[in-house]
Amino acid sequence: MVDSKHKWKAWLYLSPALILLAVFTVYPIINTVRLAFLEDYSMMKAISGATFEFGFGNFTKVVEYRNFLTCLKNTVLLCVLTVPISTILALLIAVALNSIGPLRRFLQTIYFLPYVTNSIAIGMVFAAMFNIVGNVSSESTRIVSAGIVNNFLGLFGVEPINWINAGSSYWANMTVMIVYIVWNALPFKILILLGGLQSINKQYYDAAKVDGTSRARTLWKITVPLLSPMLAYVVITGFMGGFKEYSSIVGIFGETMGPPGGKGEMNTIVGFIYQSLSGAHQGRASAAALILFAIIMAVTLVNLQVSKKKVHY
Amino acid sequence: MAENTKVIMHEKSIEKTSKLQLVNNVVGTFFRYLFLLIVAIVVLFPFYWMIISSLKTLTEYRLSVPTFWPKVVMWSNYAEAFTTANLGTLFKNTVIVGVVSTILSLVITVLTAFVFARLEFKGKNALFAALLGTMMIPGELFTITNYETVFRFGWLDTYTVLIVPFLVSVFYVYLLRQSFMQIPNSLYLAAKVDGTSDLKYLWKVMIPLAMPTIISITILKMMGAWNSYMWPNLVTRDPNMELITNGLRNAFTEATSGDTNFPVQMAAVALVSIPLFLVFIFFRKYIMKGVSRSGIKG
Repeated sequence: MVDSKHKWKAWLYLSPALILLAVFTVYPIINTVRLAFLEDYSMMKAISGATFEFGFGNFTKVVEYRNFLTCLKNTVLLCVLTVPISTILALLIAVALNSIGPLRRFLQTIYFLPYVTNSIAIGMVFAAMFNIVGNVSSESTRIVSAGIVNNFLGLFGVEPINWINAGSSYWANMTVMIVYIVWNALPFKILILLGGLQSINKQYYDAAKVDGTSRARTLWKITVPLLSPMLAYVVITGFMGGFKEYSSIVGIFGETMGPPGGKGEMNTIVGFIYQSLSGAHQGRASAAALILFAIIMAVTLVNLQVSKKKVHY
Repeated sequence: MAENTKVIMHEKSIEKTSKLQLVNNVVGTFFRYLFLLIVAIVVLFPFYWMIISSLKTLTEYRLSVPTFWPKVVMWSNYAEAFTTANLGTLFKNTVIVGVVSTILSLVITVLTAFVFARLEFKGKNALFAALLGTMMIPGELFTITNYETVFRFGWLDTYTVLIVPFLVSVFYVYLLRQSFMQIPNSLYLAAKVDGTSDLKYLWKVMIPLAMPTIISITILKMMGAWNSYMWPNLVTRDPNMELITNGLRNAFTEATSGDTNFPVQMAAVALVSIPLFLVFIFFRKYIMKGVSRSGIKG
């Protein structure tokens, strides 16, 4: 008696969530897969009554499309470069933080600050820091202000570099993106790794001290293995997030996804999906989204396989 | 006698190594602090640069030798930013969307988490596992179909389109369910014996006990609204319906052409960033706790 009343209530409480999930989560999964296999599907045409044939055209078009390959290259490069850099830096910072007494909490709070920022807004600050005011592309280069980053590098005798202005090189753009993404990715990784470090039993370190083990060896032979579950976690989530890189690039370069005169040079897979989506190519966007999903799944599986061998629980 | 000397010698060598260790430690500590200090400067510098640039005149900003403190403090940049980027309307939109979606989302999340934590029905675990499974799928996959759905509903350029599609977050349900499950079942049974209704028990016992998680969810959800960019950009055409981040980026599109009025732009950026810092200062603990369990930004 009570039980059946219970069941009825359970479904009542669940209903708002289930209805919303059905419309905005479950249906989209099925429908987006369907759209990906409808030749040249376009939302506006569909609404005005057009029908589309089944086929693999969207996928072949995405893969053959030169812009997509640029996006894929950018996304992979950003992932492959920023995830290891930010993980290693975060590990060093976390280890150093864990070994000091005074100021630890204060510094920890400071290091977390980039997390609670708007990635578009702070991207604009980075753009301003790397930006050169003046005419950089003319023959007689006339730089009014080289920007704070170039000013700083100038202290070491480095000539001003055209980071993001018109005519800047691919690797200059890439460097700016890497710096910004790493800066942005550190807080989360430091937080997780520091949490892991604090749960490591101090006895391991005492034993190493008695044996006179060097610091580097202690880090490599004790800390890293004991921290490996957390390291695996930040690497996996780092790759998952890295393949969806988009708004940090909008922050630096704007919607053009590239320096002036180089529209789309820094575009990513998610950027490609959004551009196809807000244009008239919903079928192509769906195919690209499925490809992205497949890539993320594959990379995650590889990561899990590697960590299965290397992680000590 | 001989044994005694041996002991003394041994002690001496210990003293020697411990002295060496002490020097080593002092040097090590020095370098560690130095390293951490440099990192702190790198982390903080963009914020510092944002604030001081926002207070400079355009002429001072363009000096070839940069100044590290504005000669004339230009508060008027902030007023200009407010009008240039139409920040008043954008703030209003963002607050409305943020508050309404957070409240509705909390009600739904609490009810759903309660069912999954406390009530029993057939297929509960399978349903929950299926929900968790959807977390693996990149959001872009949903966005494509949802764009068409809201278009067909005629929701473009409304608050509804900015609020409704993201009301249920499986992750928040999961987080809150975990907190709810830590509350001993005996409390629930005792309340049942006393004839307390489910909802009263939820309101009087479970919600207060799970408050830290609820606060974390509230803050992360609000920050999500404040920082959301892609979806609002897709579904709003009318500049008066945009959210803060869209307006900010779109009002200063030519960010990298030399003619931008950077001080005003930095003032707008500061206006968007400062509320986030205030929230962080007051709710640091909840944010860091929530984040360490999520790995999801916003």
